[in-house]
Amino acid sequence: MNDIGTSAVQSTWLLNVVNVVAILVFVVGSAAFTTWVERRMLGIWQDRYGPNRVGPFGVLQVLADMIKLLWKEDWVPSFADKFVFVVAPTIAMFVVVAAFAVVPVAPGIGVVDLNVGLLFFLAMTSLGVYAVMFGAYASDNKYALLGGLRAAAQMVSYEVFMGLSLMGVVMLTGTFNLREIVHAQEDGWFFIPQFIGMVIFFIAGIAESHRTPFDLPEAEHELTAGFHTEYSGMKFGMFFIGEYVSVLLTAAMMTVLFFGGWLGPTWGFLAYIPPVFWFLLKAGILVLLMILIRGSLPRPRYDQLMAFGWKAMLPLAMVNLLITAVVVLL
Amino acid sequence: MRILYLIYDYIVSNVKSVWDVFSHTFTKADTVEYPDEMPYLAPRFRGRIVLTRDPDGKERCVACNLCAVSCPTDCISLQKAEDETGRWYPEFFRINFSRCVYCGLCEEACPTYSIQLTPDFEMAEYNRQNMVYEKEHLLINGTGKYPNYSFYNVSGKAVSGRKKGEGVNEAPPVDVKSLLP
Repeated sequence: MNDIGTSAVQSTWLLNVVNVVAILVFVVGSAAFTTWVERRMLGIWQDRYGPNRVGPFGVLQVLADMIKLLWKEDWVPSFADKFVFVVAPTIAMFVVVAAFAVVPVAPGIGVVDLNVGLLFFLAMTSLGVYAVMFGAYASDNKYALLGGLRAAAQMVSYEVFMGLSLMGVVMLTGTFNLREIVHAQEDGWFFIPQFIGMVIFFIAGIAESHRTPFDLPEAEHELTAGFHTEYSGMKFGMFFIGEYVSVLLTAAMMTVLFFGGWLGPTWGFLAYIPPVFWFLLKAGILVLLMILIRGSLPRPRYDQLMAFGWKAMLPLAMVNLLITAVVVLL
Repeated sequence: MRILYLIYDYIVSNVKSVWDVFSHTFTKADTVEYPDEMPYLAPRFRGRIVLTRDPDGKERCVACNLCAVSCPTDCISLQKAEDETGRWYPEFFRINFSRCVYCGLCEEACPTYSIQLTPDFEMAEYNRQNMVYEKEHLLINGTGKYPNYSFYNVSGKAVSGRKKGEGVNEAPPVDVKSLLP
């Protein structure tokens, strides 16, 4: 291997490291930022202002919350299973950040280009249920246990049709590679042929990140804080940030699978805007939509949630799959 | 058919909820940003309690104790005293605002319009003992909400050199020892 070859290898290696670090920092940072955006937007939609005191428009509220969480006593209950108690929030954070590795942000931006990217994403979100269950079980607390039970049942049942709703896209493209899925949308985004699949995936995504209206695992009014009742300080912070990263993940995956990823308009000066802008714009609008849904829909009863999943969403996903299969076959 | 209608109804009602909330993006916030901007307080707002004076500048309170009796939290305490003209006045008048619930019953009970609640709620203190207001803190140099009222002018009681029947709208007292009507 000559010098030029070595330096090329080194530069791609360096590029990868820059990619990994930048995406990690950006994802975690924007997850923290999303907490402020959410509080601000919920305020606006409820005819209030939201946090607007700390810094310009209140953006430094995130920093203030962070300082507060860091300085809080990091308390582990004496009755808790210490090891599992500490591991659970780590898993919560790890799986969602790991799932972000396969998200193709733009050409040249993205951690890894897996040919089973979609499966990796589904696997990682499935592992998220362990964080909730471990946290709930290790807390040795009635509320936490009830929250953990709900979370396990909810996430397992919503995963089923989350996977099924994506199979339509896979059928249309014939690949699990997310970059190729984006390229396949150059003639038209998949949210038109796969509209039902998109809606189902969106609902499942909200349920996977257990946010209102599917926040039964942590329903404040019934279970104080559900599975993270006993958590405080930065361990709670990791659950919290993990939830917001998973919101971003759902929005990013929606963008990639149904809204053409980084593809933007190709006419006029708009063609010169970097593709990453279009990706962030689409994902941002979807995050706002998820916040809007949180601000407007009430939480269903637990049995209604299960019935909705198994009796409405799963058959709908099957029908969608069947129709797509017929169309592809013809 | 009914099932289809129900599904339609669920979808429409949920989408409509989301749309209704979204439409609030462009409405004005109801928030009053309090320390920067003072909210409107009605004149009858029940806030800090004051003791008022009559139009002549003398204090209205006659130390009848009705306010202290009506107070549900027992936060008012006072001691009656009498001046040389036979007029009653409070020797001390003390309101413990850390117990007061601003119900306004003392104001309703007061026969002389002396005790009044005012539109002021900014009374926070770092030291709890500072919440106990004495007469010197309570007594103001004005008539409050009733500018022309003076109890002794209409009370029919002889006091401060004024005999019975010399007040406003008062008839001279009946001579009970006379047979004439």
